[in-house]
Amino acid sequence: MRVSLLRLWNITKVGLMAISRNKMRSALTMLGIIIGVACVIAMVAVGSGASSSIQSTISSLGTNFIMIFPGAATQSGARIFTGESKLTPEDVEAIKTEAPAVAYASAGVRAAGQVVAGELNWGTSIYGVDVDWPFIRAWNTSQGAFFTEGDVKTSAKVCVLGSTVADNLFPAGDGVGQAIRIKHVPFRVVGVLEKKGGNMMGQDQDDQIIAPYTTVMKQLQGTAKLNLIYVSAAGSDQVPEAEKEIEALLRQRHRLQPGQDSDFTMRSQEEIASTAAQTTQTLSILLGSVAAISLLVGGIGIMNIMLVSVTERTREIGIRLAIGAKGRHVLIQFLLEAVALSVAGGAIGIGIGVTASHLISKFAGWPTNVSTGSIALAFGFAAAIGVFFGFYPARQASRLDPIDALRYE
Amino acid sequence: MSPPVIQIRDLTKVYRMGEVEVPALKGINLSVDRGEFVAIMGPSGSGKSTLMNIVGCLDRPTSGIYLLDGIDVSRLDRDRRAEIRNAKIGFVFQSFNLLARTRTTENVELPLLYSDLGLSRVERDRRARRAIAQVGLAGREDHYPSQLSGGQQQRVAIARALVTEPAILLADEPTGNLDTRTSEEIIGIFQALNDAGKTVVLITHEADIAAHAKRVVHVRDGRIGDDERIVQVRANPAIVATEDEELVPAAASSSSVPAWSPERT
Repeated sequence: MRVSLLRLWNITKVGLMAISRNKMRSALTMLGIIIGVACVIAMVAVGSGASSSIQSTISSLGTNFIMIFPGAATQSGARIFTGESKLTPEDVEAIKTEAPAVAYASAGVRAAGQVVAGELNWGTSIYGVDVDWPFIRAWNTSQGAFFTEGDVKTSAKVCVLGSTVADNLFPAGDGVGQAIRIKHVPFRVVGVLEKKGGNMMGQDQDDQIIAPYTTVMKQLQGTAKLNLIYVSAAGSDQVPEAEKEIEALLRQRHRLQPGQDSDFTMRSQEEIASTAAQTTQTLSILLGSVAAISLLVGGIGIMNIMLVSVTERTREIGIRLAIGAKGRHVLIQFLLEAVALSVAGGAIGIGIGVTASHLISKFAGWPTNVSTGSIALAFGFAAAIGVFFGFYPARQASRLDPIDALRYE
Repeated sequence: MSPPVIQIRDLTKVYRMGEVEVPALKGINLSVDRGEFVAIMGPSGSGKSTLMNIVGCLDRPTSGIYLLDGIDVSRLDRDRRAEIRNAKIGFVFQSFNLLARTRTTENVELPLLYSDLGLSRVERDRRARRAIAQVGLAGREDHYPSQLSGGQQQRVAIARALVTEPAILLADEPTGNLDTRTSEEIIGIFQALNDAGKTVVLITHEADIAAHAKRVVHVRDGRIGDDERIVQVRANPAIVATEDEELVPAAASSSSVPAWSPERT
């Protein structure tokens, strides 16, 4: 192609001039691309932010983590639980002693209530667990110590505070050794947990109180059944083995016939993570389809406006052709104009997308992660749309007959 | 004597409108020598526009031969014709056809952007300014067409036609949109350029405009009618017309009176 760089620049300038002449029109034309690119940026930011938070949550759950819930799993993986839990502390004991692939197991009971310390009070969740729990969740105390096996056996009224609870009830940081009242029952604080942050659902994991499950069952709940069982497999490669063993063991203990649905559900950390990933994937798909449609419509908008521009400037094209412009010179001029429109739209869209990602993480609490890769991708996409949708109008322009074009009014 | 700049033999052009064939040119023979000032006259529908399109390499003849500056251009493809137009022909149109919102220099430079000469920015600018000075618009280099009068706009168009130093200047009704006085000025510029050695082909239907040419070719019904040579008595001692001269009238640099000033025509 005998189009030198110099000439290319001159032709580009002509195109840029045409865009700046019709600022309003150019802005409206770019709108589709702007929205599309902003969606791409936000989509990738939310998606990659979610996946990185899932990664960190997986490790924050503890290694080789398995949870057992009461109730049967349906095919879609959703848990429907209406009846009474069949999980008992004896089940936990059996898992610990009879499943070789299991390293730790802990009962779990849940309660919620108002907690009072002096003049301060705080509404939170109270989890009753066993002494294995810190090992399963890989979660240590930052002050004091976890309660002991003796505390569990004697249903001692002791508790460990999550850091959020500790901050709210004891702003001075002197919670250990103090007395609090959980639903009017007095407890003694023996420790404060390390700060762990939000989980993948955005819940604050530090907004909870941990107490011996025996105490929670007797003092706060009054049932003999468990809300969940925490298990840790002996190794990451033993998670499926542990699940198999627990399944067989609990089915036997609950006297379930072959073919009968289990009255419990197991979730390993990977399954939990993949459920969370599905949620963010759904959002990504949604944003992605908005982006795709918007980019398509934006591209058609560019094509439309370029066709209008070619018609409007038929005479100009005629002049250029008459004084010696070749078809390809005109083609490049209009193509570059379309690309300049889409790339400018892309740049604005990137700005909006990055801002939107920040707003999403700020107000919705979603973790987002804007990568240079996604910016490059969006930019390249915008340019490609300019070329794709600009080609047809540009070719129309380049094929004009100079005589007709000059005569055009 | 060098070969004629335009040589046309048995040229025909037939337009096809569906089933019907409409002959516009029915065998034209025409030869224009270097340095001539030819007016092509004819009423509308005579075929003079078709002839001008073919002479200007905007269109191809149906049959016949057209040699422009010794090159057979009657069978060239689109891109080759664009190259020929760029290098050999300087167009001046009735409606000026300048690019709006584009400065005088940029309008004049335009053909150089598409030329194969590969001139630098500085050289393009130099040539543009020279052409602008030739048409007497020095000082208006940075004006936009909207800031110029009709006559001035047409001068910009002439400068644009001159900038590539083409073999012929092809003017299609260049005074059609101008008042009488301005028309005289524009014709004066063509005369001065012709006196400086430029070959000028002027298409017009106005007899008093054609009268300024040295030769008038009448087109009637797709054929050449009369071909009259006009002997004009013009006193132009300041202008030396030789082919190889630069386009600037030889004495123009020392003369304070522009060659196209209305008083002289």
